[in-house]
This record gives sequence, structure tokens and C-alpha cells, in this order.
Amino acid sequence: MKALAGFARRYARNRAAVLGLVLVAIVAAMALAAPILYPESPWEMVGRPLLRPFQNPEFPLGTDALGRDVAAGILHGASVSLTIGIVATVVSVVLGTLVGAVGGWYGGWIDDALGRLTDVFQTMPFFVFALALVAILSPSVGTIIFAIGIVTWPPVARLVRGEFLALKSRDFVQACLGIGMSDARIIATQLLPNCAAPIIVTASIKVATAILTESSLAFLGLGDPNVMSWGTMIGQARDLLRTAWYLTAIPGVVILLTVMALNLVGEGLNDALNPRLKPR
Amino acid sequence: MTAPLLAVEGLSVRFRSGGRMLPAVDGLDIAIAAGETVAVVGESGCGKSVTALAIMGLLPAPPDCAVAGRAALDGVDLLSLPPEGLRRLRGRAMAMVVQEPRTSLNPVFTVGDQIAEAVRVHTACSARAARARAVELLELVRIPDAARRLDDYPHRFSGGMRQRVMIAIAMACDPRLLIADEPTTALDVTIQAQILDLLGDLQARFGMALLLITHDLGVVARMARRVVVMYAGRKVEEAPLRPLFAAPRHPYTQGLMRASPHHAPAGGGRRLAEIPGVVPPLDALPLGCAFAPRCPVAFDRCRDERPAVLPAGDGRLAACFRAAGEAAPA
Repeated sequence: MKALAGFARRYARNRAAVLGLVLVAIVAAMALAAPILYPESPWEMVGRPLLRPFQNPEFPLGTDALGRDVAAGILHGASVSLTIGIVATVVSVVLGTLVGAVGGWYGGWIDDALGRLTDVFQTMPFFVFALALVAILSPSVGTIIFAIGIVTWPPVARLVRGEFLALKSRDFVQACLGIGMSDARIIATQLLPNCAAPIIVTASIKVATAILTESSLAFLGLGDPNVMSWGTMIGQARDLLRTAWYLTAIPGVVILLTVMALNLVGEGLNDALNPRLKPR
Repeated sequence: MTAPLLAVEGLSVRFRSGGRMLPAVDGLDIAIAAGETVAVVGESGCGKSVTALAIMGLLPAPPDCAVAGRAALDGVDLLSLPPEGLRRLRGRAMAMVVQEPRTSLNPVFTVGDQIAEAVRVHTACSARAARARAVELLELVRIPDAARRLDDYPHRFSGGMRQRVMIAIAMACDPRLLIADEPTTALDVTIQAQILDLLGDLQARFGMALLLITHDLGVVARMARRVVVMYAGRKVEEAPLRPLFAAPRHPYTQGLMRASPHHAPAGGGRRLAEIPGVVPPLDALPLGCAFAPRCPVAFDRCRDERPAVLPAGDGRLAACFRAAGEAAPA
């Protein structure tokens, strides 16, 4: 408890990080409010096409070329973006941590093999790789999460492997072996908590990257056709950029703010979890 | 004599270095009865700690390291045991306390968590029971206000306190053999005495055998009943405590005694005698007795032939042509 309070205090010292947290909370609230405020599908054509924002109080953010409510799209898109961002990050972090921990702990040929595997994944440009995976597997929320998870784990693996290499030679690990702990137990209960801080920081930045990647995929027409996504909205409004710029600008700004907010949170976590890095 | 608790026979450990296998420990025999304290002394790099790690099965895996011989705990050969079987014995039948208490505790967990974890590794018990046992163990190692200190992180403990915690962890499952590898080297002199007293008391109370590894003859004199002197990976002398201190047989032991302030003749101001030279590197061990180049009484045979460990009277053993009473050439 005491540790938690100290953590909150260190986090709050960084104003930008607090702003980031507030923005992320707003996006999360939007996602939660979507089914309540707009129970109908955001694909539904509900009004006159191409209404500008603030013209009709019923459609505060206007309507698109087919008369769909932009506000409904933004709110439903928030839930899609957050879901994909968080779940893909979990996949990526679990995969990367597993590979990095096993490689770093056992060393030898296991480490060599896993290291080469990591290199193979890292040499491929990650967006093109994700694009190819989604195209092959046919786009859906599941395949998009899978693709983003698969292309983003290598940096996590490298991070965890590096931490493990440093921790492995510490005396307390020898002491744990000395009392007969199994390898799996040492990895899970002794070493992973020691590198939780960098993993958490990486994860918060990864959520932002995943949201951006999903939007990019959707923009290129590789979003899940059944769910409304911010990227999809931008992609469909592209042709109307000159006549109805707000259809691109609104989801664009929302993506910008969300990604920026998550990065600020990551910064703040980094400062709060590693107080030694920035003594103030 | 009944079968010893720990019987190390012909233990050899070799490490790979630049394509060669260098002997760190060579043909070592040590026997410890239940409840007995045996000290292993020697200079840095003579194979003391490697012996401890070999018994615990904590040496690197082949091909970087090759272990041969036998080390039987209660008749079970530790060296031929599969890793999983060995793991089950570590911490339960035998435990180890290492030199550096400052880094031997995981910094991100409370002391209580770490002791409780040690309990739960080998016994299926609830978190509450493990915690109760942790308090008991902290009291056992005489940490005042144990119940409250349980939730402190290691950085709030001093070096001596941490070593007590390490001992508590080692005692978690009532081991029959405790290996203490330089348990007091990193501590202040006053704390050293407290830790040694604690180890002695625990040993008397629980009847465990203690294998004490040290380079400090003062520690040996205080704790041990029998002493094994090692030099360059081999046993050079073994004797009960008093006779060894009264009349060391091996020239190396004699040199150690002369170099120790505890046993130098009183009268102050006299410079301590040192043993000339250094321990030979493992890749350049001499053909004959490893100590011959530094030995004041070496003769030709010492340089050509390796002396075996032979009885030298009164239940003592020594690996020296002179100690064994063999005639030196005129």
C-alpha cells in the first residue's frame, strides 16, 4: 500500500503524464459509453449525408457521405481501438517475455536459436509484415490482434533477455538454486518481478503503436469489415478530403490524441518506476 | 566408525579454459559425520568454493565443467543424481550460506516473502503457515522484533542482519548438512563473532553437520572439530583441530600458521611470516607436489613425484614426503 502511494506521488509529479492518463481515461469512457449512447450499429445510415459538425444537434460531429453518424463511429471506434491495442500488446508482451526469459535464463544453444528467431522477425519491416499476415488470414479483429502481436514481440524479447542476463549472475539467483527452487519457479517468482518495470513501460508504448497499426491497416481497407474503426473512417473519407475535410480530421485528431496520451503515460510510468533514472 | 553423513571420495572438478580442461579440484576426499563441524581452509583459488558448489550440484553444466568422483549424502551419490532429484535435496537435506549477504537477497521482495518462499519450495503449506514459519525462523536467527521486520525489504537490513536472513532461509527445512562458504568474510569483525556463535548454536540445537569453508584460521579455531587444508585443488593435510594447531605436519599448514596473527608468538611488533611466492595457476601446476616451488623444505623427489595423502599418526593425514616419515635423501 505504502509503495503504491509513493508510486502515485512520483507519477503525479509529471504533469504531462497526468494529462496523458486523463486522455486515456476519456477514451476508455468513450468506449464504455458507446453501446449506451449509440446502441445502434455505427454503420447505420441515420441522417442526411455530409452534415457538417454542429449543424444539427442530433449529430454533433456531423454525418459522412452515406449519412452515418460520425460521433457514433468515434465512440464505437474507441472500443475497437482499445481492445485491439490492449489485447495485441498482451499477446506481444507474453510472447516476447517467454522467448526472452527462456533464452536469457538457459543461454547456450537455446538462446542462440531463440536469438536467431528474434532476428528473423525483426529484420522484416513490421508494418508490411502485419499487412501481409492480415491479408493472408482475411481481416477480422482476431487476425489483426494476432498479426500485431506477432510482429511486435521481438523488442520485448530482447529487453527481457537483456534483463535476465544481468539478473542471472546476481547472487540471489544462486541462493534460490541453493534452496532447491526449480528453474520455472525462479524465472516466474524471482526474475520476472525484477524486470516488471521496463516491461510495463514498454507495454504502455506498445498499446499506442498497436492502435496506430490497426488504424493504418483499416485505412488501407484491411480493418475488420464488421466493426467501425477510426482508420476505416479516415480511409473512407479520403476521397472527400477537399469537400468534407472534417470526416478525415475528426478521427485523425482522435488517433493523434490517443497515441500521444499513451506515450505520455509510458513516459510517466518510466519516471515513476525508475526513480533512480531521473533524480529530481 | 559409522558411515558418515557426507562422504566425498575422489572428487575432481575440471573447468574448460581455452580448449583445455584445468583441474580446480583433484582427487579430494572429505567425510563429515552427522552433527560434526569440518572446516576447509586454504588460500583463494585452492578449490574450496568449487568443492561446495560440486556437492550442491551448482556447477556449470558440461562441457564447460567436468565433475568426477563420488559425493554421497546419506549413501545417495549426489554427483550421479539427475538434476530434478538433486534439486529436491537442495534446501531440504542440504543447504548453503554464501559469502555475500548484500546481494544474496532479491531486492524486490520483502524478507518475509523470501523466507516463506524457501519454506514453500519443499513443503506444501498455506501462505499463512509459511509466514508463521518465517517469523519462527527469523526469531531463530535472533532478529529482534521478528514479526514486524518480516515486511521490510532487504535494503533496510544491515549486512549482518542479511546474513542472518540467509541463514534463516538455509534453515527453512531443517537441513542435515549446512555448507557455509566464507559466511563471515564480508562482515565486520564484531558481527562475524555473532554470526559464528549463531551457526554454532543452531548446529548444536538441530544436530546438523556443518561444512565450513574459510581462509580465516581464527574462524577455524573457534568452530571446527576437524580441519581439511587444501592447496591447489588437493587436500594436503587433515587433522583434528587441536593437534593441527599444536603441530601442523605439512609445510603449507605450518606456513599458514606462521602467517596468522592468532598463532604467532606473543610479543608484538614482529612482522608476520609470509609464505613466499603465489599459488601456481591451474594451467601451470608443477609435476610433483604443487607446493614444492614455495616449500622451504622441498627436496628433489617433491619436484618429480606427487606425494599421496597418507596417515601421519594420531588419525591425521598429510600429503608430504617429509610428514609421512619417509627418509629424505641425505
